[in-house]
Amino acid sequence: MDLNFTPEELAFRQEVREFVASSLPPDIQHKVLNGLILQSDDYIRWQKILHAKGWGGASWRKDFGGPGWSATQQYIFEEECAAAGAPRTIPFGLKMVAPVIMQYGSPAQQERFLPKILAAEEWWCQGYSEPGAGSDLASVKTRAVREGDHYVVNGQKTWTTQGQYADWIFCLVRTDTEAKSQRGISFILIDMKTPGITVRPIITMDGAHEVNEVWFEDVRVPVENLVGEENAGWTYAKFLLGHERTNIAGIGIAKREIARLKRIASLETKNRKPLIEDPMFASRIAQIEIDLTALEITNLRVLSAEAERRAPGPEASILKIKGTEIQQAITEALVQAVGTYALPLRREAMAAGYQGDAVGPFYATPLAANYLNMRKLSIYGGSNEIQKNIISQMILGL
Amino acid sequence: MDFTFTEEQQMLLDTTRRFVAKDYGFEARRQIKEKSADGFSREIWQGLADIGLLSLNVPEADGGLGGSAIDNMLAMNAVGEGLLLEPYLACAVLATKTLALLGNDAQRAEWLPALAAGEKIVVLAHDEPKTRFDRLAIDTRSWPVGNGYLLTGHKCVVTHAGSADMLLITARIGKADETGPLAVFCVPVDAPGLDKTTYNTVDGVRASDVRLNQVFVPATALLDGGADSEAKIAEVLDFGLAAVCAEAVGALDKLLAATVEYARNRKQFGQPIGKFQALQHRMADMVLHIEQARSMSYLAAVRCTDTDAATRARAMSAAKVVIGQACRFVGQQAVQLHGGMGVTDELDVSHYFKRLMAIELQFGSTDQHLEQYAAQLA
Repeated sequence: MDLNFTPEELAFRQEVREFVASSLPPDIQHKVLNGLILQSDDYIRWQKILHAKGWGGASWRKDFGGPGWSATQQYIFEEECAAAGAPRTIPFGLKMVAPVIMQYGSPAQQERFLPKILAAEEWWCQGYSEPGAGSDLASVKTRAVREGDHYVVNGQKTWTTQGQYADWIFCLVRTDTEAKSQRGISFILIDMKTPGITVRPIITMDGAHEVNEVWFEDVRVPVENLVGEENAGWTYAKFLLGHERTNIAGIGIAKREIARLKRIASLETKNRKPLIEDPMFASRIAQIEIDLTALEITNLRVLSAEAERRAPGPEASILKIKGTEIQQAITEALVQAVGTYALPLRREAMAAGYQGDAVGPFYATPLAANYLNMRKLSIYGGSNEIQKNIISQMILGL
Repeated sequence: MDFTFTEEQQMLLDTTRRFVAKDYGFEARRQIKEKSADGFSREIWQGLADIGLLSLNVPEADGGLGGSAIDNMLAMNAVGEGLLLEPYLACAVLATKTLALLGNDAQRAEWLPALAAGEKIVVLAHDEPKTRFDRLAIDTRSWPVGNGYLLTGHKCVVTHAGSADMLLITARIGKADETGPLAVFCVPVDAPGLDKTTYNTVDGVRASDVRLNQVFVPATALLDGGADSEAKIAEVLDFGLAAVCAEAVGALDKLLAATVEYARNRKQFGQPIGKFQALQHRMADMVLHIEQARSMSYLAAVRCTDTDAATRARAMSAAKVVIGQACRFVGQQAVQLHGGMGVTDELDVSHYFKRLMAIELQFGSTDQHLEQYAAQLA
């Protein structure tokens, strides 16, 4: 048993750290470290920088233009990027649709789509969720009817994250209404510029526009945009979800946010002493940090098991539940740290370069919005309740 | 023991509830929030005056209803249920109570009838940055000059100050290096040297940071509570604490009802999600939290005027701890159980959630009151 990284892994960590330190644009870093609003261009710029280095697709195989890293290297890379204040990579292209295209797509699809994903030339979004479906993904109602060399798509998707920027959407559609729910589903790629697509924003409780509803009305999609076989989409969907659940513990992000919490707790005061010296608050931070340590080791155990059998198992559910609980606990502690100055909700002051009135300390500005926004963590990507069902069924055999 | 309400009290609750139900649907509230200059409706405010709610905390001697803390609790239950944006807590509870307890005859005669009639809005500005809810750690200074006082200081997150005609500012009397007695001053919002920054808060109301830079007020502006000023201010703040506890209970009831309704109707995997035992137990836990919270809001209402300082302090802290924990648990579970819909601005759930989040931070956080209670254990 050895809980240390190998010398090679440590050298790799150092290489990543130095590259990120010298390449991450300071303006983007400032936004991430202070919880300010990121624009789509911030994500694109960072992806292009990584791509130029050959690190654009951290999880990609070499033959598709990735660096061919091990699971541990990917973990180290993500942790270093997060800790330094790099924006998280937008997963829909890189980590969701790309693996599906690599595994099940035609050579023509691989050639058409993968390079543009890597180079951040095309933005992808996900068309899985539908109104009323939630975590019951197989209840897809959006219809795709074959008419000659096109599918005609009608239906509605929801919770489409960053859909307002997307060039392409990958969708689960029903191509056979007679079949049982999980059969008769197909996986298709749709150009967002196709006539008949409408995107409507959903505003979340922090006032942000992150998610959307997407309507399809007689949208004609060329049959060559079908991935794999017709009616076999559920297999690809499950494959994709397996990938979605890797690196979901968010260790790097949690570490960065704990550092922010400590920074703020040392600037705030209680009884004329730094808040971080207050026994109650200090023990709150300590508890979070201890929970994170346990999660980090659990994550590394899962990674090393994965190195042997690749596909992430139901252990991913443990990482998702604990990871999201810890991230949410940090946002709660941040709100508590600044007390009533968490109450002003001023989205305009969350934009970089805001010049208007200052209210309270600068670092307090985004904390309420961050807290509200992070409520989504335990809901999306398969709610934590669904993850517990997976644990009961797959690990406990109940 | 008697946990029943008098006929008059039940009537007060029913009237207020009826008013809220009739004129304060969620869509109406959204229109008010987005369209009105104050972030609340002057028309609704007048309506609240018309049903007598704004004179509830005005003593009978001053022409008001002279209601008790229990009466106020029932009114605040309805305020919480309706998620009212109007300055009921800020003006009709805190400011009214301050004037009633500390004001002299002239000050009471000038302001209380106007407040009861809904003609004027006055708010109490007490909290300061860096004090972390320590209600006595007030740095705002006032010192006598000629026939009045100069005030200098910074009040933070003062709810509805942007719509007020007058502010009640707490300050210590004395030179900058002295810690004199706590006092309250009437300060017109347009006084030279007074600067306001107004913004929206997370729960959808407006608040301001108020900076006073050598603001002059005449001697008649001092609410002379005499030697008891500090104790009277504490009584006002405890009255406010009990009020938000009651408001929280109203909001908690609504959130539970919405969640149970949703669990009954929302189908997943072929059945209503309310049939899943794991979720049933979660909602049962919500009930436990809410009933504990309701009990503590009764205790807070009964004890907030208790003359024994230790008894009162213990009860207020215990109430705020239980209420704060209920706000957190029930709020978070309601959002979680509503799934994606719970985090949208479109649904009322997120708005109740945000008001509960704010209540948790007002009049001292859960942590602070737990610590204050612990300090009294011996």
